[in-house]
Amino acid sequence: MAGHTKYVPQSAPAKWLEARLPVISLIRGSFVDFPTPKNLNYWWTFGGIAFFVLVVQIVTGIVLVMHYTPHVDMAFRSVEHIMRDVNFGWLIRYLHSNGASMFFIAVYIHIFRGMYYGSYKAPREISWILGVIIFLLMMATAFMGYVLPWGQMSLWGATVITNLFSAIPVVGEAVVTWLWGGFSVGNPTLNRFFSLHYLLPFVLVGIVLLHIWAFHTTGNNNPTGVDPKSEKDTIPFHPYYTMKDLLAIVVFMIFFSWFVFYLPNYLGHADNYIEGNPLVTPAHIVPEWYFLPFYAILRAVPDKLGGVLLMFGAIAVLFILPWLDTSKVRSGTFRPLFKIFFWLFAFYCVILGWLGAMPAEGIYVTLSQIFTTLYFVHFLVILPMLGFIEKPSRLPESINDAVLADNGKTSAA
Amino acid sequence: MKTFLVKSARALTVACGVIMAGTAAQAAGEGPHVERQQWSFSGPFGQFDKAQLQRGFQVYREVCASCHGLNYVAFRNLADDGGPGFSEDEVKALAADYVIEDGPDDAGDMFEREGKPFDRFPSPFANEQAARASNNGAYPPDLSLIAKARAVKRGFPWFVTDIFTQYQENGPDYLYGLLTGYHEAPEGFEVPVGQYYNTGFISGQTLAMAPPLSDEIVEYTDGTPMTVDQYARDVSAFLMWTAEPKLEERKQLGLGVMMFLILFASLLYFTKRKIWKDVDH
Amino acid sequence: MEHSETAEPNRRDFLYLATGAVGAVGVGAIAWPFIHQMNPDASALALASIEVDVSAIEVGQSITVTWRGKPVFIRQRTDKEISEANSVPVSDLPDPIARNLNLEANAEATDVNRSAEGKEPWLVMVGICTHLGCVPLGEAGDFGGWFCPCHGSHYDTAGRIRKGPAPENMLVPPFAFVDDETIRIG
Repeated sequence: MAGHTKYVPQSAPAKWLEARLPVISLIRGSFVDFPTPKNLNYWWTFGGIAFFVLVVQIVTGIVLVMHYTPHVDMAFRSVEHIMRDVNFGWLIRYLHSNGASMFFIAVYIHIFRGMYYGSYKAPREISWILGVIIFLLMMATAFMGYVLPWGQMSLWGATVITNLFSAIPVVGEAVVTWLWGGFSVGNPTLNRFFSLHYLLPFVLVGIVLLHIWAFHTTGNNNPTGVDPKSEKDTIPFHPYYTMKDLLAIVVFMIFFSWFVFYLPNYLGHADNYIEGNPLVTPAHIVPEWYFLPFYAILRAVPDKLGGVLLMFGAIAVLFILPWLDTSKVRSGTFRPLFKIFFWLFAFYCVILGWLGAMPAEGIYVTLSQIFTTLYFVHFLVILPMLGFIEKPSRLPESINDAVLADNGKTSAA
Repeated sequence: MKTFLVKSARALTVACGVIMAGTAAQAAGEGPHVERQQWSFSGPFGQFDKAQLQRGFQVYREVCASCHGLNYVAFRNLADDGGPGFSEDEVKALAADYVIEDGPDDAGDMFEREGKPFDRFPSPFANEQAARASNNGAYPPDLSLIAKARAVKRGFPWFVTDIFTQYQENGPDYLYGLLTGYHEAPEGFEVPVGQYYNTGFISGQTLAMAPPLSDEIVEYTDGTPMTVDQYARDVSAFLMWTAEPKLEERKQLGLGVMMFLILFASLLYFTKRKIWKDVDH
Repeated sequence: MEHSETAEPNRRDFLYLATGAVGAVGVGAIAWPFIHQMNPDASALALASIEVDVSAIEVGQSITVTWRGKPVFIRQRTDKEISEANSVPVSDLPDPIARNLNLEANAEATDVNRSAEGKEPWLVMVGICTHLGCVPLGEAGDFGGWFCPCHGSHYDTAGRIRKGPAPENMLVPPFAFVDDETIRIG
């Protein structure tokens, strides 16, 4: 990363520091002088947006912990204390609870961008895999965070999700008891979730840095999927992409604020404003929206272990995506058939999300089964096959050529 | 090959569209139909009507409070900004009408004293068991958060349009519908003993709460009509305030934040364009 | 655009400056809620004043009550204690200021200025040593008042520092007798 800068320390203190800890050249090499393809579109800003939301979550989370009480008898009341008494407590809590959704929105767009433009392909497999790990950790963090207010959905969501592990043959029950620290979701469960919910975001930051390190080693992908060939193809990260990302972040903040200030409870569930009651289950247990596609896959299978395996399989398949896609062409822009299947896949995910919110009965189960099959067929059949049958369109010679062609100029101009 | 795929994709889209439309209609069928009401606090500039909150509080106090608590609300909140707008002295006098159990004193005994502004509304029952014992086994829930804790499913496409119309009043709409939803049961409908027929109830067609409101049950002094309809509106608005006491502050701050962000985003847009001016991209 | 090349730098500088300034304002505004959240919240402020029934305190007895999470000593002093406190000239005291929030900031540390208005036997003060915040022990120390065991500060019967590392007399909080039997603190 540091290799990308021509930074030479001038002053004596800078030389002194550089000889001992070359942090300035590291930062300049990574985020100032770093050569970035000049044709990145706005879909590329969602990585930066996601990181920004992660920082918002950490800052607001640290503040919430200053006022929250992790105890089953007091958690719900302490959240109401934050909402009613703490100065700006309502703002900080709504930022945090809506921020979770914003994080997922940004990350989902980021993932689909990576899929469309083939960012998972060689040589960026490690960056992609680290990304999937980030996604998994995010889901764990979000799930445990949702338990903390100790509303009805917190309690029963925790019960249902931890019970997934009871599907493991032989040791399942023992694992669940171990997760709970008791014989039902209770105070020990709340306390350990609280502890881990505080820990995991910092682990996330660490993995995000590895994720960035990995694609800074290989260089960014870009909408053409063609590697930069000359200096004409790249521009320094700063000021070009710092400003572009900042603009995108501020525009995203408008969207974020729309929810925080005007629809703060839209993305949540009303039942979570009822204090957790271990004797009464809500009529419909619905996870937060960002889990719905996976929830639909879970319920598509009438078998307990099968459903759990399939749900985890839906994420596990992402790990091997770099090797499932056999096409030599990276970007979807130049893959006519892939394009269609990509949008179909996005459509399957939306439908699965909708099915996850519907009751698990009748037509919904059948539909869930159909779309779960389609989901896996996309990865396991379509993608491997497409590489052989698809005829990609002509690739541009270089990024610069592609840009000039788009702008109606020629490389001679 | 390609045309075949495009065709099948189209067919699938259409099929799913039909399915979604069908289920939306079905989804709307589950749970009561909730009629949208006019509220002073809806929309981006919405604010509570202080007089309405005061009347709603009166309804709560004289009717609901005999069974329902308001445990997350303190008397002092009644004088908070963005609330019913009682004065500090009114709140003091009001709090003093309530008896609060405090203690232990020096002898180790609990004692009763007058309410103070910092006290919370005391619950009408000592605990859930006592509440159930005096209500035929039903538990009258605490009302502090009720306006945010009840939401009838909106279904497609409303849950999408709600984002743009900023519809956040499904709680008070539901409460109004419930309080005005008591009717004669239709012919042949068996109402269980101790239950009452209601078309607005979220989980069933009967509930254990007897119709709490009737015309002129609460004496309004400001000339507002003393009807079930008006009482239901007022108390629903009041309960929206108890559930979301920072609503006004939130919307006011939101306006400032939005204006700032739009200004900042436009400046950034021009700055970014300037910077990128010399780059073909 | 090429024609305006000469006018360009100024306009550009202004745009950059304006964007930077607006951004700085935004960062400042965002910081405030995150700072202010650590201030006492509405429920803590609501409890900021308490009323204490003192009818059971006999001469020579004290009670300790909690006000804003701090101990407040309320003592009805004996005549002996009052005369001992009055026998010391203010000029001999390490801290000649009354430290009484009910009086002017520079009021002298006479016994009258330390005790309740019009009720000299009554001493009400925050029971926290002005050195490093420990709670002193009552009826102890070289002056028959209070003694802080942490670092050896001696207070007299009017709660004034007489010996040891503490810099100030113990603080008299804002308080008043609501009636003969009730004190409101805060």
